[in-house]
Parts: sequence; structure tokens; C-alpha cells
Amino acid sequence: MKKNIIRIIALAVLILPGACGQPETGEQGAGATGSETVEISVVGSTTVQPLAELFSEAYEAINPSILVTVSGGGSSVGVKSAAEQTADIGMASREIKDSEIQDCPEIVVHTIARDGIAIVTNPDLDVDGITMEQARGIFAGEITDWSEVGGVAGMITVASREEGSGTRSAFEDLVMSDALVSELAILQPSNGAIRTTVASTPGCIAFISFGYLDNSTKPMAIDGALPTAENVSTGSYPVVRPLNMVTYGEPTGAVAEWLEFILGEDGQAIVVAEGYLPF
Amino acid sequence: MTSGIRRTGIEKTMKVVLLISALASVLIVVLIFLFTMKEAMPAFREIGVWKLLSGTTWRPGNGEFGILAMIAGSGLVTLGAVVIGVPLALCTAVFLSEIAPEWIVRIVRPSIELLAGIPSVVYGLFGMVVIVPLIRTIPAPGNAGYGLLSASIVLAVMVLPTIANISEFAIRSVPRGYREGSLALGATKWETISRVMIPAARPGIISAVVLGLGRALGETIAMIMVIGNSVVLPTAITGNPLSIFLSRARTLTGNIAVEISYATGVHESALFATGVVLFVLIMLVNSSARFLLNKGAH
Repeated sequence: MKKNIIRIIALAVLILPGACGQPETGEQGAGATGSETVEISVVGSTTVQPLAELFSEAYEAINPSILVTVSGGGSSVGVKSAAEQTADIGMASREIKDSEIQDCPEIVVHTIARDGIAIVTNPDLDVDGITMEQARGIFAGEITDWSEVGGVAGMITVASREEGSGTRSAFEDLVMSDALVSELAILQPSNGAIRTTVASTPGCIAFISFGYLDNSTKPMAIDGALPTAENVSTGSYPVVRPLNMVTYGEPTGAVAEWLEFILGEDGQAIVVAEGYLPF
Repeated sequence: MTSGIRRTGIEKTMKVVLLISALASVLIVVLIFLFTMKEAMPAFREIGVWKLLSGTTWRPGNGEFGILAMIAGSGLVTLGAVVIGVPLALCTAVFLSEIAPEWIVRIVRPSIELLAGIPSVVYGLFGMVVIVPLIRTIPAPGNAGYGLLSASIVLAVMVLPTIANISEFAIRSVPRGYREGSLALGATKWETISRVMIPAARPGIISAVVLGLGRALGETIAMIMVIGNSVVLPTAITGNPLSIFLSRARTLTGNIAVEISYATGVHESALFATGVVLFVLIMLVNSSARFLLNKGAH
């Protein structure tokens, strides 16, 4: 409670000079001097947001003079905020696009963790694996019956995240290439809701972040590789996206210290504990 | 004397307090509408009102914003809820006001009131694990249970308390003389209910249905959980035109709730435009109810 109040005051202090037309926010994190409180603003992907909040909590316990304010907005907003220096750090749950680097060549990308996207099905299904090509066909709505991919005849029900979700756009980049996810797919607005839908609907297939894998759904092997941390580290599981932090120029001062903490042992322990893969 | 002054003082203060309270709701409605409208303006300008309303493709990633499918989704699911819910609610109201003995009323009425107090997310969960699997057993190609029918059933249960309570009150408010007169003329109990009591209570029943409609149009989270959220214009999936209700759909409210956390720029503005459309729809429903009520009164 008390921390929240301090955060709000700190945020107000941060915003006020900005409102007077002095875009100083980018400099705020630069000089970490002993007793003075330093503010780091982190903006962007809602997938990275919960991780960033855990990092900031853990780091504030070690170094109380640094306040990290984390807010969402999506990966694109994250990259843009870093490029325009309206935030110290931008978060993105996907690769940084070429166009974004062209717009602002000064941005530096720090991959802080990786997240696999697993294709899961209803646990009663008798198909254990599909090829990348088949996955594309199923999610595009071209393959509509399990018998077409070696299973017992039965309708395929595709479930997907909504348009705009980082998980969906990463999945489209990594799996769908130019195809679009079928318009007939059941759309659910969160990984959790997707999982419930798949678990309760016979013949249902969907994609979820590794962090949401459990016994209620059955993970599918893609081209023979099951979605496990091991297969990701050997490179045999192909559907992996980076979770990135983006800064304008090489980070200095408090921002650099915070990123160092995330990439260090303690930070990466949080990554693993939350079900993601270390960078 | 002093107490007299104090009393008129209290009178005046209370008058002002009550006036401000009454004006506050008007002010809030106006402010919300203006704000939504302001945020929606860029979308109306860049996409065009007609293109937004008549477009059937919603792919924000490609810059395509058409909400016709959502308008159809909201309309059909509300229609479904009315078809299922109104007869149920009306029969409940007639039973409670005319037929049920006191001890049954004392059990049934609190249960209905309890129904109104259940959070909508719980209805959604119930729909997801009970109604959806049930609907899935209807044999039709492409039917996965998620869709308009499941959503209509869930919604019917959700609007039941509103419609039943107000209708019951309306029927109870019919003067005793009407009933006694009808019975005295030799009409049976059913004739009295269907020819005298219900027609006499009609304005109240109509407002009950309209309040239910408003609730149905505005329901969000429970709908998101069971309707499938696919942006497709609902179509009959078999030869039977009723199978349109097995089609998946997205509601206007669901469109906003599902996407607002990611939306920026025109996309965000288009979602506010969705809100404006919803606002206008509900205003239309309410004013048509007022029109019907006035017509009934003359």
C-alpha cells in the first residue's frame, strides 16, 4: 500500500515535467546516485508485463533507491516508447521488426527470456504430432477433419487468441507465414480461457504460451519435437519467440543495473519459476 | 420559530441536494456519450460511418474495420434470449402473482432475486461447462457448442429475474376489481389471467421486457465466454434456417472487451465507435419502449 503511494507520487513527479514540454524521461534512469530515488519507466507487451513486475519487486527489495514503474500497452507501443524516449525501457513479446529498426536505428534489443508457443489439443485426441505444414492447414481452416492428419475421423475445432494478441502475432509469424488464422476459429481473450476451451471441447486445437501448459490439454509434437524446454534449447522445437526489453542506445546507470539484474542469476531464476525459458 | 426556520432551511437544502442528484445522472450520461463520441471521431472520419457499419470484415491488423457481423451477433443473441426468456419470465410472474400459494412464493421469489445477484462471470463459467457441451450434442457440421444458441440460453437466464420481477409487480398492481369483476361474470381463472390481468398489466410488462433487452444488449463477459467471438456474419449451417443459432458470433460489447487492451490508434478509435453504436442501439430500444408505453396508455 505504502509502496503504491510512493509509486504514484513518483509517477506524478515523472509526468509533471514532461507535461511542461521537457521530454527528460529518457535521462531519468541515467544517474544512479546513492541515496536519491531513481525512477525507471517500463512500458509495453502485456506478456512481458507480469515478468517485469516480478523483476521490479525483487530488485526493489535489493536496491530500494530504484523505483520501477511497469505499464502495459502492447509490444508495438513498447518499441515505440523506447524509440521516442518516452519510456526508459520498452517491452516486446516478439522479434523487433525491420521497419521498427529502420525508423530508429538507435534502439538496442535485450532478449531477457524466451517463450515457446505450444500447439495443444483436447486430451482425448489420438493424434500425437503434426507437421508444420499440417499445422498451417489446420489453423487456416483448410484441414477440417482429424482423419486428414492421421487420426480417427472427427471434426477439428480451431480455437485462437484474438487479433492483436502478441501470442497470436508471434504464432502467425512463426507458423502461419502468409496464411491467416481461420475466421471460424473460436476466439478467447486469454491463454487461460483458451486452455479451458480446449480441455472441454472434443477435437479442439489451439496454441498457448509454454507457461500455461498443464495436464488438462495435450501438447502436440511439431515435426516430431514435443514442446519442452529441452527441445527448445537443442533447437529442435521451432515455435519460440523472444521476450525483449528495448532501450534507446546502450543503457547506462540504473537502467543498465536493472537489466543486469534481470539477465543475472536471480532474474533468470524468476524467468524459470514463471514457466518461461532463460534467454 | 427557530425550529420553523431550521425546518424550511432543511427543506430548501434537501430540495437542492435531490435536484443535484437527479441532474448528476443526466450529466453523467451526456458526458459518457460525448467522451465516447470524441474518441470515436477519428474512426468515423478515417473509415467512414457507412463503411464501418456495413463492413463484414474486421481485421485490425490489415486496417479493415467492419462491425456489421457484431451488430448481427448482438441482435441475434438478444432475439434468442427474448424468445427463450420472456415466456419463461412471464409464466413465472403470472404463477407468482395469481396462482402460487404464499409458501411457494416465499421460496421462489428469493431464488429469483438470488439469480439476479449472481455475477455474470459465473453465468459464463456455467455456460462454458454445462450449456456448451449440451449444445455440442446437436448434430450439425461445424457445431462445437460455442455460439448464439448457448449464448442465448445463458442470457435468457440472466434477464429472467429482471423481467419476472417487474412483470409480477405489474400484474399485482392491477386493481382487485378487475379480477373480481371478471370472475363474477363467469370467466374461468385462465380467461381472467389471459384476457384481463395480462392486458391490464401490459405497460408494466413491456417495460420489463425492454429493461431485459437493455441488460441483454449490454452483457459482456458471460457472452465472451460462450459465444465463440469469431467475427463472422452468422449464417445457417444446415438447411434448417434455425441452425443460424448454432453459428458462432461476436457481440458489440465483446468486441470492445476482447480487444481494448491491445488497441492503439484507429483500432482503439474503432472500438469506441463500436461503443457509440451500442449506445445508439440501447437508446433506440428505450425510446421505442417509451413510444409503445404511450401508445398503450391512450
